[in-house]
Amino acid sequence: MVSGLINANPVIYEKKERRVRSSPTVGDDEYAAEPIDQLEVFDILFNFFFKDIKDPEHPYSLEELKVITEDAIEVDDKHSYVRVTFTPTVEHCSMATVIGLCLRVKLMRSLPQRYKVDIKVAPGTHATEAAVNKQLNDKERVAAALENPNLVDMVDECLAPSYA
Amino acid sequence: MELKEIQTLEGHSDKVWGLSWNPATGTSDIPPVFASCSGDKTVRIWEQNSSNRLWHCKAVLEETHTRTVRSCAWSPSGKLLATASFDATTAIWENIGGDFECVSTLEGHENEVKSVSWNASGSLLATCSRDKTVWIWEVMAGNEFECVSVLQGHTQDVKMVKWHPTMDVLFSCSYDNTVKVWAEDGTGDWECVQTLGESNNGHSSTVWAFAFNAEGDRMVTCSDDLTLKIWKTDVGRMQSSDDLAPWTHLCTLSGYHDRTIFSVHWSREGIIASGAADDALRFFVESKDGLVDSSSYKLLLKKEKAHDMDINSVQWGPGA
Repeated sequence: MVSGLINANPVIYEKKERRVRSSPTVGDDEYAAEPIDQLEVFDILFNFFFKDIKDPEHPYSLEELKVITEDAIEVDDKHSYVRVTFTPTVEHCSMATVIGLCLRVKLMRSLPQRYKVDIKVAPGTHATEAAVNKQLNDKERVAAALENPNLVDMVDECLAPSYA
Repeated sequence: MELKEIQTLEGHSDKVWGLSWNPATGTSDIPPVFASCSGDKTVRIWEQNSSNRLWHCKAVLEETHTRTVRSCAWSPSGKLLATASFDATTAIWENIGGDFECVSTLEGHENEVKSVSWNASGSLLATCSRDKTVWIWEVMAGNEFECVSVLQGHTQDVKMVKWHPTMDVLFSCSYDNTVKVWAEDGTGDWECVQTLGESNNGHSSTVWAFAFNAEGDRMVTCSDDLTLKIWKTDVGRMQSSDDLAPWTHLCTLSGYHDRTIFSVHWSREGIIASGAADDALRFFVESKDGLVDSSSYKLLLKKEKAHDMDINSVQWGPGA
């Protein structure tokens, strides 16, 4: 019997223990902006729960599904650059562009405006990898998509904190 | 050599996507005017004050488009302004006694209109869209516009359309990585007469924009593949024959940009300006190295952080 879920049996990974951030050294200008690093970007992204809007499939976070991992985030604060590589749970995942869009919106809302963000699907993990990457990184397409109220609602719902 | 900023014009409340200089202005007695269009759904008209040389906003065209206005273009006479929007319409505005009024709305595209262009005589208008088509409209009396052709051929989102500076030949570039050339076949039907793709040294990713030199025998294209490409056509053949001379690849400028190039424009004096996603402006000129038949271009100047974010459009002004 076909269950109807895109991915009925996702592999759930154990949540990694959170590395404790060291506090800034005494004597630093307390108003100086701290450089943004990999861990901070991961923190921005990890607690966002992926749900299929029409049918909540899995209340697991992207971290638990290993859709994004800390080492798949490349940050160069000096050059204001971030690249996030995500792994859709299934090769034919039709939600890949939505996940990618959610990642981009979350980063847009959390990082300083100077940041350039590239969102990519991990090589070899999606059937139409090049097509998904192209769409996710075309800023005109992203801007137009974000003017679509249905899509914005879906993204906002994906990014809303879960109180479960 | 240095690029100096004269003024920063504030007013739009969202990304500024495009701009267009009014061709009937910027002469000895008429101060220069240009229009800018934005994600804030409005178009602003800016004019330079002749006494203090400062720019001010003289009009805001609002309450017409219901989504981002992506591109705008003045008619060659400077009397009409066409604005292309993500709301799938193209609006035509006229300056009536100092106020800009929307005198016509062109509908038909299935989704976002990306670009609009008038031909050299102002008798034809072209628009293109994410719906993969290019539409040609005939300008009739009383601000009426009639669609005379819906051009199919691109396999993806069409980013920009522009008429050749002297001939009624239309060019379009797309997310499908190609540039297409469209012309009338002699019986009033429009068809694609050439496609510049990867097989003829074309781009390997989305072509965002292109521009012609003043003579109309050279074209520069810019792309997400991080290169600029220069193309040429045979001038003599172009003017004398009925049959279109093909465009061929002349050279590729690579290694100069490390993020998507969104816009390119060729000045009357031969300087190519590019605007990219790394917030920088770059200027290129032809470098004649003394060898006959060899054409190459060199970087004249790079202005880093010309803006705080991506540059969406570059346009040389009047007198340039």
